[in-house]
Amino acid sequence: MKRFLGFVKKEFLHIFRDFRTLIILFGIPTAQILIFGFVVSTDIKDAGVAFLDLSKDEISQKLSDKICSSGFFKRTEDLFNYNDINKILKRGKIKAVIIFEKNFGRNLISENKATLSIIADGSEPNTATLITNYITAIVADFNRELVNTSGAGAMLVQPEVRMFYNPGLKSHFMFVPGVITLILILICALMTSVTITREKEFGTMEVLLVSPLRPVQIILGKVMPYFLLSFINVILILLLSWFVFGLPVKGSLVLLLAESMLYILMSLSLGILISTVSSTMQQAIFISMIGMMLPTILLSGFIFPIENMPKIYDWVSSILPPRYFVVIIKNIMIKGTGFLYVWKETLILMVFTAVFIGLSVRNFKIRLE
Amino acid sequence: MKKTVISVKNLVKKFGSFTANDNLNFEVYEGEIFGFLGANGAGKTTALRILSGLSSPTSGEVIVAGYNAKKDPEKIKKNIGYMCQKFSLYSDLTIRENIMLYGGIYGMPKTLIIKRTEDLLDKLSFHEYSDRLIADLPLGLKQKLAFSVAVFHEPKIVFLDEPTGGVDPITRRQFWEMIYETANRGITVFVTTHYMDEAEYCNRVSIMSEGKIVAIDTPAKLKEQYGAKTVEEVFIKIARPDNRPHPLPSPSRLSGRGGNWVGIE
Ligand SMILES: Nc1ncnc2c1ncn2[C@@H]1O[C@H](COP(=O)(O)OP(=O)(O)OP(=O)(O)O)[C@@H](O)[C@H]1O
Ligand SMILES: [Mg+2]
Repeated sequence: MKRFLGFVKKEFLHIFRDFRTLIILFGIPTAQILIFGFVVSTDIKDAGVAFLDLSKDEISQKLSDKICSSGFFKRTEDLFNYNDINKILKRGKIKAVIIFEKNFGRNLISENKATLSIIADGSEPNTATLITNYITAIVADFNRELVNTSGAGAMLVQPEVRMFYNPGLKSHFMFVPGVITLILILICALMTSVTITREKEFGTMEVLLVSPLRPVQIILGKVMPYFLLSFINVILILLLSWFVFGLPVKGSLVLLLAESMLYILMSLSLGILISTVSSTMQQAIFISMIGMMLPTILLSGFIFPIENMPKIYDWVSSILPPRYFVVIIKNIMIKGTGFLYVWKETLILMVFTAVFIGLSVRNFKIRLE
Repeated sequence: MKKTVISVKNLVKKFGSFTANDNLNFEVYEGEIFGFLGANGAGKTTALRILSGLSSPTSGEVIVAGYNAKKDPEKIKKNIGYMCQKFSLYSDLTIRENIMLYGGIYGMPKTLIIKRTEDLLDKLSFHEYSDRLIADLPLGLKQKLAFSVAVFHEPKIVFLDEPTGGVDPITRRQFWEMIYETANRGITVFVTTHYMDEAEYCNRVSIMSEGKIVAIDTPAKLKEQYGAKTVEEVFIKIARPDNRPHPLPSPSRLSGRGGNWVGIE
C-alpha cells in the first residue's frame, strides 16, 4: 500500500508540473463555462417588468409591491389585457410580464391557492432563467409570510413560468451537460492513454513492470489521480454553472455525482484500452481525438439533436458511450427525473466499462508474452 | 564453491515463427560481472527480459535468485535491479524525487530511503543538483544516476542493458568503476554491451549471435582459444567463421551506437 501511495504521488507531480496538462484539466472547462457566461449578461438590477393584474385586490397589490421593492425589478408598465403582452415583449424593453389571475386574492383565501404566471423573454435565455428564478424565490418568500401571519394552513401562490420565443430554453440548458460529457471523456480517455503510453515510449514502463509493483497497481496508480481530478472537475463545472447561469441541479445531486463517477470510470477504462493498442503518445492522442472527441461532439446529440440525423449516424452514435451519459445528465439536471428514468442508460455505461476493462486486460497479457 | 545465482537451461523464446532466443544454456555466479555480448538483434534484450521476469519463456528452465522465471516472476522482481536500454528516469521529476520514488516502489522504509539518498548524493557529488529536474542533466550523469537507482534497494542481481550506449569515454570509465564497486559489495552484475573494450572488464562473457550463444568463458580464455589479442578480435572471428558466408549487418545498423564498435567487414 505504501508503495502504491508513493507511486500515486509521482503521478500527481507529473500532472502539476506539466502546464499543458493543467490547462486541459482545469483551463478548458472553466473557459468554456465562463466564456458562455460572459457572452450573456448575468446581473439583474432594475430589470423592467410589466404587470397584468386581472384581480386588482389587496393581496395582488402586496405581492407586486414586494417584487418591485426587491431592487431587482422595476415596474415599467401596467397592462390591461392579454393582447398587450405580445406587443410589449416584442418592443424588448420588458424582460418579463407578471400576470395575476382573475380573483387572485379571493382564490387564495377560499381555495388556499392562486396562480401567478410569469412570461419571460426567452431570447436571452440566461437572463430569462435568472429572472424567473428570482421571481419564484420572491413568491416563495411571500408564501412563507402568508403562512406566518395568517397562522392557518397552507395558502399558496403558485408561480407558473412560461418562456416567450424559446420555450424550453434549449441551447443553454443543453450546454452544461454537453461540457461535462465532453470534458470528462477528454480528460479521462485522452489523458490516461497519453500518460500510460508516455511511460511506454520513454522506457519507464519497463522499469515499473520489473519492480515489485503489480501491473494492476501500476495502472490504478496512474489512473487514480485522473479519477480524483475529473471528479473535482464535475463539481467545479456544476458550481460554475450554478453561479454563472443560475442553473441548478433539479434532480438528486447524489445520483448525478454517482452517475458521473460511473462515466469517469468508463472513460478511464477506455483510456487504458487505447493505451494498450497504441505504442506512442502520438498514436494515443490520434485515437482519442479522432476516434472519441470528434464523434462525441458531433454525434452524441448535445450539439446536433440525434432525432434529426440520418439513420446511419444514429446507429454509429449508439456505440458511443457519451450519448447515454448526455441523456442521463439531462434527465437529472434539467428534468429532475430519478434513477427509474435512466437505469437503462446506466446499465449500458456499465456494460461499456466492463467490456473496456476486459479488452484491456486481454491486450495487456498478450503484450507481456 | 561458486554459488550459482542465474541458471538457464534450454531457454527458447519465439515471437510467432521467429526464434529470438534459440536454446540458451548458461550459469552466472554470485558476485561476478557477466558480460552478455552480441550484435544488434542477437536477442540480448529478449533474454534479459525473461531473466528479469518481464516476459515468459516459450520453453526451457530459468532460475534467477532461486526462483523459477515462469512460475514465480514476482519473487524474482523483489530480488533484482534493472536498468533498461532506454533511459528510464522521469525527466520531469528532480533527482531526489526519482531516487525516493524508486525506493518507495521497492518498499524500503522511509528512514532508510532518506539516509541512502543522502549517501548516494554524496557519493556522486550530486548535492548541488539534487533539486534539479532530470531533464537538465547531461547524458553521462543521467546514466550514472539510473544505475545508482537500479541498485538503490541492494538487489541480489542487477541487469544492465547497454548502460553506456552513447556515453563519452571518461564517463564510461567512471561508470565501470561504479560497476566494480557494486560487484565488490556482492551484487551480481549482468551487463549487455556493444563496446568490446568493456568486455575486457568482465569476469566472464558470453557472445550471442542470431539467438544462439556461440561462446562463453573468461575474456582471457576466449582470447587464448581463438588466438586473438582482444575480445573484439574474438568477436570478429566468431561472427564470421571462415567456413560459412555470413549475412553482414548493414553499416547503418552498426553506426549511431557511438564508440569503438568496429563491426564486421
Ligand atoms: N515483441 C517482439 N515481437 C517480435 N519480435 C521481437 C520482439 N522483441 C524482439 N523481437 C525481435 O527479436 C530479435 C532480438 O531482439 P533483441 O531486442 O533481443 O535484440 P538485442 O540483442 O537486444 O539487440 P540490440 O543490440 O539492438 O538491443 C530482433 O530481431 C527483434 O526484432
Ligand atoms: Mg537490446
